[in-house]
Amino acid sequence: MSSQIDKESRLSQKPKRLIYILPLGLFAVLMVIFFFGLGLNPRLVPSPLIGETVPAFSLPKLSNPNELIQHTVLKGEISLLNIWATWCASCKHEHPVLMKIAQSNEVQIYGLYYKDVPSQGVAWLRSYGDPYHENAVDEEGKVGIEWGAYGTPETFLIDQKGIIRYKHIGPISWNDWKTTILPMINTLRNNNDV
Amino acid sequence: MMSRFSCFYLCLFFLTTVNAEITGFPFKNEKEEQRFRELSSELRCLVCQNQSLADSNAELAQDLRSELYQQVVSGNSNNQIINFMTKRYGDFILYKPRFATKTLLLWIAPIILFIVGFFCLVRFSKFKNHPQKKEIPEADLQKIRVLLQAEEEKK
Repeated sequence: MSSQIDKESRLSQKPKRLIYILPLGLFAVLMVIFFFGLGLNPRLVPSPLIGETVPAFSLPKLSNPNELIQHTVLKGEISLLNIWATWCASCKHEHPVLMKIAQSNEVQIYGLYYKDVPSQGVAWLRSYGDPYHENAVDEEGKVGIEWGAYGTPETFLIDQKGIIRYKHIGPISWNDWKTTILPMINTLRNNNDV
Repeated sequence: MMSRFSCFYLCLFFLTTVNAEITGFPFKNEKEEQRFRELSSELRCLVCQNQSLADSNAELAQDLRSELYQQVVSGNSNNQIINFMTKRYGDFILYKPRFATKTLLLWIAPIILFIVGFFCLVRFSKFKNHPQKKEIPEADLQKIRVLLQAEEEKK
């Protein structure tokens, strides 16, 4: 008789014990969320433009202010659009990598010269080298807003149809190029061949 | 003690800092200005991420403010303006997250937690108020009665 009571009371204690462990379990879940969540970089804001066609623009060329360059040049071939300025320190840091990418002949690089004086950009390209196929001058930054630019340098990967496939925020390192951007370009190229 | 005048001037000082953001933007009427104020405090500056467009002095915030101004003056609705901003900068630009499948948990978590909390409260307080009565065997009760009786007789 008494042994049966013992058994029953032990049984009724079981769910209670689980409840005592619950806070610890919740704490563990929170730790996991924080571990990954706090590791994210809040500066990397995902672009809503990925998968969209390129925003339209018509701007003067940096090489010749009397001629216009339009967003339509970004269709037909895989290209990169790099948003840069001479006041942007990270752009200077990124510049040698862009030079190397240009020399690899894998992709054409277009530039959006953002909120800066054209003469300074011309001087910069003359002294450091010019990795760009062509540059569009966005002195007021209006087109920059169309592209959702918030911190230079930013680089968009655009496919043959003029659809934005990827956005890189901050300077591209040679490693980014090798491990992320170039493989994406190769995939886009292969998909188009099929 | 602060005189009335110095207090008045102190207030003026704060007024100017609050208004700093809209200097240079002429509005036709108060309604427009109100709308501009509201929207610029609901939109986030992406450069200095813990500031709204109204608070931030970053270049981009200034540009976006003038974009916002243009749109308010040209009569675009709040919805149109919010759509314009999120199409380019994503939901991140909104201080108040939208109600969508992605943010569902964010919005309903407080309600769920409240219900769970309420449930726990009811459940556990029930245990406290009605402790399980243990049956005392008749033999033990008899013993107690005898002891109490003996105690009573001693007096």
